Amino acid sequence: MTCENCCIELIGIEKSFGDQKVLRGVNLPIRRGFTTVIVGESGQGKSVLLKHILGLIAPDAGQVIVEGQDVTRLRGAELKKLRTRFGVLFQGAALFDSLTVFDNIALPLRERTRMLAAEVREKVSLTLELLDLSGSEDKYPAQLSGGMKKRVGLARALQLNPEILLFDEPTTGLDPVRSHEVYQMFNETQKKLGYTSIIVSHDIPKIFNLADYIALLHEGVIQICATPEELQRCEKPLVRAFVERVMGKMYSSEIEDLELAAEL
Amino acid sequence: MIEWLENLGARGLSILNEIGRAGVFLFWSVVGIFRPPFKIMPIIKQIHVIGATSFTVIFFTGAFVGMVLGLQGNYTLRMFGAEGALGSAVALSLVRELGPVLTGLMVTGRVGSSICAEVGIMRISEQIDALECMAIDPYRYLISPKVVASIISLPLLTAIFNIVGLMGGFLVGVRLLGGSEGAYLSTMKSSVLAADIRMCFIKSVCFAILIVWICADRGYWVHKSRNGFGAEGVSRATTHAVVISSVAILVADYVITSLLL
Repeated sequence: MTCENCCIELIGIEKSFGDQKVLRGVNLPIRRGFTTVIVGESGQGKSVLLKHILGLIAPDAGQVIVEGQDVTRLRGAELKKLRTRFGVLFQGAALFDSLTVFDNIALPLRERTRMLAAEVREKVSLTLELLDLSGSEDKYPAQLSGGMKKRVGLARALQLNPEILLFDEPTTGLDPVRSHEVYQMFNETQKKLGYTSIIVSHDIPKIFNLADYIALLHEGVIQICATPEELQRCEKPLVRAFVERVMGKMYSSEIEDLELAAEL
Repeated sequence: MIEWLENLGARGLSILNEIGRAGVFLFWSVVGIFRPPFKIMPIIKQIHVIGATSFTVIFFTGAFVGMVLGLQGNYTLRMFGAEGALGSAVALSLVRELGPVLTGLMVTGRVGSSICAEVGIMRISEQIDALECMAIDPYRYLISPKVVASIISLPLLTAIFNIVGLMGGFLVGVRLLGGSEGAYLSTMKSSVLAADIRMCFIKSVCFAILIVWICADRGYWVHKSRNGFGAEGVSRATTHAVVISSVAILVADYVITSLLL
């Protein structure tokens, strides 16, 4: 491994779907204990990148190194073992829609551990409390709002105490209040549990507050992976253009937030 | 011309690919049955879904098939003066063929379609990916309980179908058309052998596996099929699943009959 502090390293990932080449040699180190945010326009392959890390998609070329193991070479039991280190919050939360909130959150405990029913109940109620979901345990996912779904998804992802959490668009489709809520819960849980997180998002610039590192995916390549400060100082024309566009947005979104705060 | 050949080759390869994938699917679904943790509740739930809720439709199908057999049999056998053999005719056609085949077809329509739609929706809404990410084997969690439940349910449903059918035949052939009660019952008893019951049982177990295998496989790989996206992809997969498994049941019926007779 080239990177000392990394728990995940992507090396030269290439992937095509039919004639469309989505990833053209992605190199990305993910540092342990920090939050890395992958930004980029829609359709640039950000979610595809996450699926590579999980071994859900095999790359056409390149390696995905997670804790010293190449995910692309792992099969069956080894892959399963590696996945127990991950918690994933999917774009649409991917809750099991025929199970109640409680059963959704309890599922990983019931299936992956030998906990007794009483212990499961206790642990799930603790998580429900932590994420402010008490009282919704008997509801079905279809009866929840978008923000609540995300929280249930996070609750489920946290059950097996993952070392690495992957978030696919945690705030898409949420209004500013709700997305603020998601960020807050995110900050709190990370402080408490200290996991490494990778967030795919286009909720920029708000997501910048959360990020230790920002990786810009454009035209199938990571253009830059740097701290938010470094990103702002970068001279690369493409990165400059991106930062300028985002900064413009930052100004307007602050006004939006102020207006919202006034309304509330 | 070359393009036509290319298309033909590509189609052939994709069919082979699908068959191979389905084989692997069945393998892992069966392996999943023997993988810990063993849980009885999901199997009971599936027995309820596949078996118990199919009872009404099996009951009525069985009753009317038996009644029609009684009617037709009585009419045909009378031409040869052999009304006495009605019990034998109804029993053999039910136990050997109609019982397992019609039960299989009814269950395909009722349950196979719902299995395919359920698994397909779980696939397109990333729920299966979520299972994999939680390192929960989706075969063991989703498919294996359905396989076990249908292997338990189908022979029982077939038995119910046969019994209700025999009673339906009795009702029409004896009570309605005035055939001999003693002849119906005694020819029924003497003509059905243990081998017939065995054939009926083997058929229903095979059909049970076929139904879950084909329908769950179509749903599970819905995203790999052509245009297999969204609700339309799932609906197409469900239609395919029902058609393929119905035909497969009839083909398997012929094969099993020819092997066992």
